[in-house]
Amino acid sequence: MISLLRLISGRTASAPVARERLQILLAHERGLRGQPELLELLRAEILAAVSRHVVLDPEKVVVRMERGKQVSTLEVDIEVPNDLFGSSRKRRVTPDRHAPSARAS
Amino acid sequence: MAKVLVVTSGKGGVGKTTSTAALGAALAQTGEKVVVIDFDVGLRNLDLVMGAERRVVFDLINVVQGVAKLSQALIRDKRLENLWLLPASQTRDKDALTDEGVGNIIADLRTKFDWILCDSPAGIERGATLAMRYADEAVIVTNPEVSSVRDSDRIIGMLDSKTVKAEKGERVAKHILITRYDSARALRGEMLSIEDILEILATPLLGIIPESQDVLRASNVGSPVTLNNASSAPARAYIDAVRRLMGETVTMMVPVERKGLMNRLLGRRAA
Repeated sequence: MISLLRLISGRTASAPVARERLQILLAHERGLRGQPELLELLRAEILAAVSRHVVLDPEKVVVRMERGKQVSTLEVDIEVPNDLFGSSRKRRVTPDRHAPSARAS
Repeated sequence: MAKVLVVTSGKGGVGKTTSTAALGAALAQTGEKVVVIDFDVGLRNLDLVMGAERRVVFDLINVVQGVAKLSQALIRDKRLENLWLLPASQTRDKDALTDEGVGNIIADLRTKFDWILCDSPAGIERGATLAMRYADEAVIVTNPEVSSVRDSDRIIGMLDSKTVKAEKGERVAKHILITRYDSARALRGEMLSIEDILEILATPLLGIIPESQDVLRASNVGSPVTLNNASSAPARAYIDAVRRLMGETVTMMVPVERKGLMNRLLGRRAA
């Protein structure tokens, strides 16, 4: 019935697109609820752990999470002052979603 | 026992105020004693839709701040003697509302009314969170449109976490009210269907209000659509929704405007 009407009108139905977009979006947003607190917690604990060994500017620690369809990535960006390593460099730690421990790259 | 019902949505312009007025009037017509409260501080409109805009003297904020007594701020409807309105303030801002102040007013109203309908402002700020704070039940007004469905989902999340009931480990009874529904467009696949919306939001359906000129006509003259033209399609849909709120089992259908068009029976039951 629906497809017949569509055939006559010559238009494609947009409702199924709306439905699919909503389902994907809401699955993400429901998972994201309460996440600001999680990121803040991660940031504080990472900051504390790294601070035990390196002098850090807390403002230069950025924790980001990006949700993909299959996997999500947690990105930790820590800027370390030059004098500690002798040369200008940035250490980036990007743990895999499933890996229990951080993996330096 | 009194029931506190919040009419909410997240998104603006979906029909919260129209629905609060229509449901409030239909409830009052069954003999229940009803008060409708406008929580949209600074942008009140429930008074206008109810046709009581020229009778507002004191408002919700005056009562919260102790400037006026509750009995002074309540406005009795001119058509239905057991329907009352507690208007919002037009001049103050939403920060004048306090959790404690609203809690006291709701507790007081519970002793005087059967139903307390809270018309929530749009958004997820203070006015909206306080409108839902003390609710026993919630009507989530949703248009068959992506942004409205997304915002409804967000509001459902808040009803499950930020209400007094949720904090006590209980549940606010939630109902979806679909407004501005066009069955012809849904049938052509141009509009999200009822099934799509309910599946996505995983919440039971209270009613389907068809897109209709009668809604605008009623607000133009300041009368809830259920009073202005009780036999119109949207009014019949609101009256059915009220019967479901009161525990009746009413077959779900989309009332249609023109004669000769068969009502579309969906065979769905409200929970």
